[in-house]
Amino acid sequence: MIQQAAVRKRSFAKRAVGRGSAIRRMDGLMLLAVAALSVIGTLLVWSSTRSWSSVEPTGMVKKHVLNLFIGAALFIVVAMSDFRWLKSAAPIAYAVAIFSLILVITPLGSTINGSHSWILLGGGFAVQPSELAKPALVLTLATLLAKPADRTDRPRAISVAFCLGAAGLATILVMLQPDLGTTMVLAMITGGMLVLAGVRKRWIVVVLALGVAGAMAVWSMGLLKPYQVARFTAFINPASDPRGAGYNSTQALIAVGSGEFFGKGLFHGGQTTGRFVPEQHTDFIFTVVGEEFGFLGSATVVVLLGVVLLRSLRIARLCNDRFGGLVAGGVVCWLAFQTFINVGMTIGIMPITGLPLPFVSYGGTATFANMIAIGLLQAIYIRDRPYGGGGA
Amino acid sequence: MTRMRARLIVLQILVVSLIVVLVVRLWQVQMVRGREFVAVATETRTRDVVVPALRGQILDASGRPLVRNRTSLVISVDRTTLERMPDGGAAVLTRLAKVLEMAPDKLKQQIRACGPGVTRPCWPGSPYQPIPVDDRATTREALQILERQEDFPGVTAEIQARRYYPGGSEAAQLLGYLQPVTQHELEKRQGLKASFSGVDLVGRDGLEAVYDPELRGTSGLRRVQVDRMGKQIAVEQQRSPTTGDTLVTSIDARVQSVVEKAVAEAMKSNPASDGAAGVVLDVKTGRVVAMASMPTYDPAVWTGGISEHEYQRLLSNKSGKPLISRVIKGEFAPGSTFKISSVSAMVADGSPLRGTYQCPSSYNVNGRAFPNAGGMSLGAISLHTALVKSCDTVFYRAGYEEWLRDGGNKPKSKVKEPMPSMARAYGFGKRTGIDLPGESPGLIPDRAWKRDLWNATKNEMCKRAKTGYPEIKDAGRAAFSKRLANENCLEGYIYHAYEAANFSIGQGDVLVTPLQLARAYAALVGDGKLRSPRVGRALFRPDGTLVREIKVPVVGKLPINKETRDYIRAALSEVTSDGTAAGAFNGFPMKQVRIGGKTGTAEVWGKRDTSWFASFAPAENPRLVVVVLVSQGGFGAESAAPAARKIWEGIYGLGKNENGKQREAALPSGHPVERLPVIKQDGTVAQ
Repeated sequence: MIQQAAVRKRSFAKRAVGRGSAIRRMDGLMLLAVAALSVIGTLLVWSSTRSWSSVEPTGMVKKHVLNLFIGAALFIVVAMSDFRWLKSAAPIAYAVAIFSLILVITPLGSTINGSHSWILLGGGFAVQPSELAKPALVLTLATLLAKPADRTDRPRAISVAFCLGAAGLATILVMLQPDLGTTMVLAMITGGMLVLAGVRKRWIVVVLALGVAGAMAVWSMGLLKPYQVARFTAFINPASDPRGAGYNSTQALIAVGSGEFFGKGLFHGGQTTGRFVPEQHTDFIFTVVGEEFGFLGSATVVVLLGVVLLRSLRIARLCNDRFGGLVAGGVVCWLAFQTFINVGMTIGIMPITGLPLPFVSYGGTATFANMIAIGLLQAIYIRDRPYGGGGA
Repeated sequence: MTRMRARLIVLQILVVSLIVVLVVRLWQVQMVRGREFVAVATETRTRDVVVPALRGQILDASGRPLVRNRTSLVISVDRTTLERMPDGGAAVLTRLAKVLEMAPDKLKQQIRACGPGVTRPCWPGSPYQPIPVDDRATTREALQILERQEDFPGVTAEIQARRYYPGGSEAAQLLGYLQPVTQHELEKRQGLKASFSGVDLVGRDGLEAVYDPELRGTSGLRRVQVDRMGKQIAVEQQRSPTTGDTLVTSIDARVQSVVEKAVAEAMKSNPASDGAAGVVLDVKTGRVVAMASMPTYDPAVWTGGISEHEYQRLLSNKSGKPLISRVIKGEFAPGSTFKISSVSAMVADGSPLRGTYQCPSSYNVNGRAFPNAGGMSLGAISLHTALVKSCDTVFYRAGYEEWLRDGGNKPKSKVKEPMPSMARAYGFGKRTGIDLPGESPGLIPDRAWKRDLWNATKNEMCKRAKTGYPEIKDAGRAAFSKRLANENCLEGYIYHAYEAANFSIGQGDVLVTPLQLARAYAALVGDGKLRSPRVGRALFRPDGTLVREIKVPVVGKLPINKETRDYIRAALSEVTSDGTAAGAFNGFPMKQVRIGGKTGTAEVWGKRDTSWFASFAPAENPRLVVVVLVSQGGFGAESAAPAARKIWEGIYGLGKNENGKQREAALPSGHPVERLPVIKQDGTVAQ
């Protein structure tokens, strides 16, 4: 009672930012890294889209900033929630994600830039359910694997089966769009979280084998679209088709490489201005960093993403709660995979796959999903520590 | 929880190594191979465009333009871009043909490379240059192409300068023409290899060719930044072109006009004639005042690509080969106009200048009668009369006696050959060195020439003397040819008496060009010095500063004294009143300006005679020389002399024109313009 009264006496502002407040208890370094990436991302989106329209060169960047603000709001809402409450919200999130993914493959879904992954909301707004499926899947799997009965070090077989079922359903729906990149992200999240949850090594081997077999089946049964096959062929040998599938890979490498150490400066990238690389504001945004900010900027972006990932891993380690640890681990798998694939494909070490660069690429739903993910991490970090402990 | 911690650590190691892999790879791509990618990026992102320099103008002596530039809207196609397309650009060409309202096939023909078996229309230039397909495009057509660049990749529309000839076909061979630079020429040029330009033209003939380096100017270079579609976004670098120098010539456009007209009329009134030429030289300076050759053509046909039909027409015999300038490339026997050389040779060889010479109706050369034209017999006459009346027998005798003194058919080890050596001193038998390409040397046949010819042909002749000519159907002709071959085989080296006799009157194998004859007369009636004529007078920078004056080199001196020269000039001065050209100059106001001259009628085997008239005025103190040639024009007095008279009338403004008014003088005092025109800073000519 006395404590509560004391708390009540403090003003709202003091409660919000004062000592011991939620904000003070967040992982500041991670927030700083995310903020820096968002700022860099905004500049890059500006640089890559300003030539689209001479009437309104800032049209796209304005939309991007709006998305960031909405994302920030979502972040605050999620971060301020008790993550144990979030656990109970997981089934709802999963249901919404599955429902919207089904909507996409019905005639209500729309095709933008060749990928059938959108639901138009009207008024120029559109959502990409496959992006929302990522945090939803993380929450769902963490909930399934953190049942009180699983509090031993290994999840029960029934939980693993549920996990595979839940993840499988979402993955198949994404594959139907088809969205190869997100399919792989979902697979990564599922695999990573199962491993972290402590499944037996032989199960891991079995799942890996199944994965390889599945990939081979997909390949041999011709389930992949010709352009997807071409991309993989081009990755192995970019010179095989320099004007076709290998073109993007080659042009991306030229753009990044020509940045040298300091880059050509914002707005001064000739390859960017000439739009030699497609999708420069989304999937290939790293080529803009590479050309305009050089090695200095590119390495900074990679390191900032590394900071986010390592701080997330730290949260997972420090977390005393199995659910929280799994959520943090799932987010790391998700973001790490996306980062490596996205950056890797612009510098010729990964095949061309349509995935955005977290916190940097343009894209409303992706931004929201990333911000929700950071919100989840911060919520875990804030709540799962004894006051004053944990050492931030 | 410990197992999860352990696996989180594994995950952390994985994440750290992924980050390290990315940074290391970035270092490799951007730092180690950065330079390489910068080069590749520049190559993909930029195009070097040669900005053609405006070609210098060609002006006449008082600054009137002979060749100017006019701008026009040119549509060009870059074949390299088209070839990169899956369909080889066929769709683009079809669309373009529709916009330009052309047949698609014709468009495709225009952009293929010329080569063996590929006839015009085709592109004779470098395949890396944009090929102009329409140089008279309308603004509407250009806009259609420029506004839908995505439909027309590789197609450009820009304002370009084109050559324009204010005088039409006048002086066409003299001015020359332009053609696209060939790949071979492009490779020889420095620094242009990787660049391209739609109008990289090079002078192919005439003044355009000789003064090409000066007229051409220096191309500018524009490095433009392009996007993926090849659309220009920005200019990265620019070096402005420098306009070519202006060439001021000694040609007087008005005199040129007069000569063109006179020569054309001479040809028209002689239907058998297959060519004519007129040249006007400034005696004092040795510069060319006018130079016309018939048949001619309109040099505008070259602008913007010539059609196959037109090209073949220009080269054909039927059109009379209008590309060839008869003034410098036409080789004809000079006939009696050559007698100035023969008289000089006689006097130089010791014959008395004021002696008397027999002019019988016929002279016997080594047992063969050489008659005078028309059987003229004048008895004992002076050299003066021999020239005025053009008595051949005087010269036959001189030539024959000279031949005898050199040993006749068995020549001495050292022969004097006064007539051939005098002819050479007059500049015959070798190129005058005029600043025009493709000049012919003419021919002065002497004993050495005969021997060289025999050495070159005797093997064939001696073979034919044995085998005969079985391929000739006509038995009589074949037998004749065989006899001739036998004769040539045995004694083809012998310089016969009849050859020496023919030489003396400019017949036989003697060949001269109208220009050679003109400068020989200029040397005779002028200061006795032989000059290498020049058409170019001076070169000016576009801002009007003088680059250099073109000097007229003196290349020789006539080996006769002033007395002899004056004597011959005085004799020629009477030709138009009392001599062979008296009829042609009947009624000419000799009191105002006396014209001196010499007619020439040269026999050509199997053709009509070549008609010559070489003249000068004023006879007392000559300033100009006019030589007219009408190939297959008959007697000199019949076609060439009347044409020369028209030229003189035009120059001095004598007589009435077609409208019955007093003719306007092309050169009022008969003096060519001596002062160089003043070119103002903006490139225009001050009047």
